[in-house]
Amino acid sequence: MPDKIPADSVGLVTPRTQHFDQLLALDCGRSLAAYDLIYETYGTLNADASNAVLICHALSGDHHAAGYHSPSDRKPGWWETCIGPGKPIDTNRFFVVSLNNLGGCKGSSGPNTLNPATGKMYGPDFPIVTVRDWVESQARLGEVLGIYQWAAVIGGSLGGMQALQWAIQYPDRVRHCVVIAAAPKLSAQNIAFNEVARQAILSDPDFHKGRYYEHDLVPRRGLMLARMLGHITYLSDDAMRAKFGRELREGKLNFGFEEAEFQVESYLHYQGRAFVDRFDANTYLLMTKSLDYFDPASLHNHDLVSALAQVQAKFLVASFTSDWRFSPARSREIVQALLRNRKTVSYVEVTANQGHDAFLMPIPQYIQAFHAYMAHVGAEAAV
Amino acid sequence: MSDPKKLRTDLALITEWIKPGAHILDLGCGDGTLLVHLRNLRQVTGYGLEIDEDEIVQCLAAGISVIQTDLDEGLSDFEANAFDYVIMTDTLQAIRCPDKMLMEMLRIGREVIVTFPNFGHWQARLQLLFGVMPISRALPDEWYNTANIRLCTLQDFEDLCDELGIHILQRAVVDPNHQSSLAMRLMPNLMGEIALCRLGKRA
Repeated sequence: MPDKIPADSVGLVTPRTQHFDQLLALDCGRSLAAYDLIYETYGTLNADASNAVLICHALSGDHHAAGYHSPSDRKPGWWETCIGPGKPIDTNRFFVVSLNNLGGCKGSSGPNTLNPATGKMYGPDFPIVTVRDWVESQARLGEVLGIYQWAAVIGGSLGGMQALQWAIQYPDRVRHCVVIAAAPKLSAQNIAFNEVARQAILSDPDFHKGRYYEHDLVPRRGLMLARMLGHITYLSDDAMRAKFGRELREGKLNFGFEEAEFQVESYLHYQGRAFVDRFDANTYLLMTKSLDYFDPASLHNHDLVSALAQVQAKFLVASFTSDWRFSPARSREIVQALLRNRKTVSYVEVTANQGHDAFLMPIPQYIQAFHAYMAHVGAEAAV
Repeated sequence: MSDPKKLRTDLALITEWIKPGAHILDLGCGDGTLLVHLRNLRQVTGYGLEIDEDEIVQCLAAGISVIQTDLDEGLSDFEANAFDYVIMTDTLQAIRCPDKMLMEMLRIGREVIVTFPNFGHWQARLQLLFGVMPISRALPDEWYNTANIRLCTLQDFEDLCDELGIHILQRAVVDPNHQSSLAMRLMPNLMGEIALCRLGKRA
């Protein structure tokens, strides 16, 4: 943590865990008899519970979206740029709920938690959960917290898909839906990238069919490769060129394969290693499957317009010009389907060279537009 | 592009032409002033299209639905007859293909309302007679920095509508102070600084 907590940070936060005994039937046909969800909240819920905002996390995200867990934390939560006093998701105004999704690895029930039926880690036995399943579990968490209708459900990337699914699944329980750098479904190219990432994990000899915990092992190489590949797709060509170019670590070629020679290699190795220390390989597999399966239009003859016909939420959709993983064209598909339904929607296409990762960055145009929209949401909630 | 005086001129007249509760698309909506006005006075629904980032932030702050769009990329995202009115104020002259734009607007809207500076106004003619590009309240920029690449006179516009089979349902000319006069009504192409037209498909 910085020496002094910045005035626009929520400061020290403590996660809480909610246990559920109510059976959760899943899309895959299986069910969870009981499960835990870990979550954080920032700000204060008002008397009529009209100022609640739900944050949905992306593939590698978790419940820790803002603030610090302890004074020794080096970094704040993953969306510190957008959540806090005076920020777009203004904790002076909103009661913000952020959870770790089912199947995650940061405290909610998932592959690295105990299966009550066996007394062992779930590992590969944890069912594959879908975006729809997540929304169901999030709705239950909201109910426990006294929230029936959200002022806004907000997410970027896979989180944006959850926000979109919320508006479809519970039309009367979402007033505003903020969908950032997302898509109505993955393209073949997206699924292809996910499959390479999965194969990297599955083919790691330390993977042991997902039961690596029992061998006291971690499929480090596989998970690291998966993350390195993912990271390339989150950045743009321009961003990589600007950041690394062809810069060499030692200023000369070494004519070998052992060490990273180019700065970009070193960067990817660092990102991969850091990820292995904080993430679980089985969760990575699950999250990529949730991404691949998401396709709300598939239940409506593959027509997104009819999939969104019952939506009541007002939408803000945002994309970033250099994002090629979830390109602006994919966001415009959502916008177009909403327009055709005469739904209330605004769309911003932010000029940014950071690629998909731009949704986490303090880009002035993005922050200002997000801020203006949320101020409007807040003013509505206060009435 | 949006001189506040000029916008007010457009506003009052356009508002008179709009039926209550209409579904509207405002092309080049700026900070959303017209849509806010129409929302309050005519309870309209709909969207603004805008490319300028700062203007978009203003729209969002005002609670106006705005879609960031480059109008030169066309309106193919919209279905035929999706709107009761498609409005374009003081922007047609800055579009690369105004003729195609007009046809597109009439495809997606039942009616179209456009406003544009009349290049046939006597002050413009007089300045050209002296050999210089016109500068006026309706045309404030120099030739080298103006966004107005497709200037036309009211007569030119009417000729184009004729050629495209567009029906002019209603027409008005005003000066930037929202004044109209007998002279303007008698000689619109000479005396009108800003032209407003309500257009429909020829039956």
